[in-house]
Formats: sequence, C-alpha cells, structure tokens
Amino acid sequence: MTPVDLQQRAIAHIQSRFSDAFRRTDAHQGQHWVEVERSAIVAVLRSLRDDLGFDVLMDLTCVDWLGKETPERYSMVYQLFSFEHRQYFRVKCWLPADDLEVDSASAIWKSAPWAEREVWDMFGVRFRGLDDHRRLLTPVDYTGHPLRKDYPLIGHGERSNFPHYVK
Amino acid sequence: MGLESWLPEGALTTRVEEVVNWGRKNSLYPMPFGVACCAIEMMSTLTSRYDLARFGAEAIRFSPRQSDLMIVSGRISLKMMPVLAKIWEQMPEPKWCISMGACASCGGIFDTYALVQGVDRFIPVDVYVPGCPPRPESLIDAVLKIQELVEKEKLDAHVR
Repeated sequence: MTPVDLQQRAIAHIQSRFSDAFRRTDAHQGQHWVEVERSAIVAVLRSLRDDLGFDVLMDLTCVDWLGKETPERYSMVYQLFSFEHRQYFRVKCWLPADDLEVDSASAIWKSAPWAEREVWDMFGVRFRGLDDHRRLLTPVDYTGHPLRKDYPLIGHGERSNFPHYVK
Repeated sequence: MGLESWLPEGALTTRVEEVVNWGRKNSLYPMPFGVACCAIEMMSTLTSRYDLARFGAEAIRFSPRQSDLMIVSGRISLKMMPVLAKIWEQMPEPKWCISMGACASCGGIFDTYALVQGVDRFIPVDVYVPGCPPRPESLIDAVLKIQELVEKEKLDAHVR
C-alpha cells in the first residue's frame, strides 16, 4: 500500500464513520491530514488506531495562531504512525481561546500523558481525563504558559514572581 | 641553624596550614555540574589533549560529598537552580566554585522566562570564566586561579 493510499483510506474512513465530526481535509508536501470536531477527537483517534492500524502516537502538540485568520486561536495536532504500514497521518482540531479544554488521549496511548502535560505546561490546555496534570518542564509552582504567542520573548516575564528561583 | 640542626637528615619544618593547602590545591576534586555545551569543553579539558591531570584536578567526583570544587558549566534553568543549590550545600567545607561560561555567569543570551541570570545570585562563585563556551585553556586558567585561592585558605576559616 503506498503512503497516499493509506492516507486516502484513513480520510475516507473518517468521512464516512464520523460524518458529523469531519470538517475538512488537505495536504501539504504529500502529507494528508484531517480536521475534526473537538468533541470527537478521541473517538477519531481510537478508530484510527483500532481500524486502520495507526498504533503509535508520535507526537501531540498545540499551535497558537495568534494574529492569523483562523477559526479559533489554538489548534491541537496529533501525529500518528503505523508500524505495519510505516506511514504517518495527522489529525487536527481547533480550540477556542476561552475554553482551552480537550479530551485526553491517555486512555488510547500510554505515551500521551507526557505530551499532554507538556502542552498543559506550555499552552495551558486542560485535558479531560488526564490523571496526572502536573507541569512537565517549568517549576511546579509556575503560573504562566510560555509558548503562547503573547508571552514575552525577552525579559523577566513571570520570573520575578518566583523570588526563590530568581534573586 | 636553629631547629633544623636538631632534626634528623631529610626532615623539614613548615606550617601545618601550608602543608594542608599545598595538598589541597594539588588534588582538587571537581564536582562537574555540566548541563550544556560548556560541559563538552569541560570534558575536553579532562582529556589527554589538555590534561587537567597536570594540575591534579582530573579526578571528577559525581558525588558532592567527595568533592571540593564545583564547576557550573552551562545554563541553569529555574527548575534546576534548587538542585544546584542543594548539591552545593551537600559539598563539605572548604569548597570553591567556578562559574564556567556566559550562561552560568550572567544568563548569557538567554534573558527568558526559564533561565537563572547568573548562579552567583544563589551560590558564592570564586572564579568566573568568560566565553561561549570557554576554551579548555580558559578553564585550566580558572583552576589555577582556584589553586591560588586554596593557597591562601586559613585552616580555621570553617570552624564553627
């Protein structure tokens, strides 16, 4: 099965099985992806794993589209891989800035909590169903979400709020 | 010739302080706090090409309790700083500290939310090494500077 065949099959599968949640599909550099409703993301991912063999969650991350003309400010991106077919596939969904919450993929892949904790730390996205919601990279008592586009690039940021780290 | 004439052949007189400091300065045990690219230069300094063993400081101790020279080589994040401070406190007196490279000394180019702007805000630094990263020769020079400090150490300086 060629890469495009498997990707087309995955797109067709999502279009038919999740017709309510399916939003659109596109390709970049021969890599196809689908955009689905936020509420259906876990069901779509589970179906991709169980029915199409995308058994590895390569990565899960968030993108801040501040200043761009997009439906919502944030989007989640799930990068999947199939060991059987040696193919990648990408799933996206939008997150509104005033309700940064999405269902956790930790019940599908045991590797998901690491990435989800990082996304929570860096972007402030809450994951429903994630058991361990601690910060991953910044100190446990940190309050900001540094990878948001409106976070200060240079200077103290919230550093000065932590006198026990910053004298 | 005073006291020496009473001593058997081969015996010398000196002060305890000088003997102890002479021994200390020629057998420094570095605690390598290597967290970034400066650590690569530090490792290079230890190799046979630059040979820190010429100055008696080649025996790296990864336990703070067995070491007396902290070499902070690399950038220290907010999350790492408490760890560094704890390791520094675990080192027995007398102890010295080299802040190696721009990041450890002042934060370097990383004036961001994540980095401590100089470890000297938390632990006492004896010698700063400029550079990004510094050449091994610079680190060797810093070790020699530390040796000068060790020479001047008072024996009762750490008696509490």
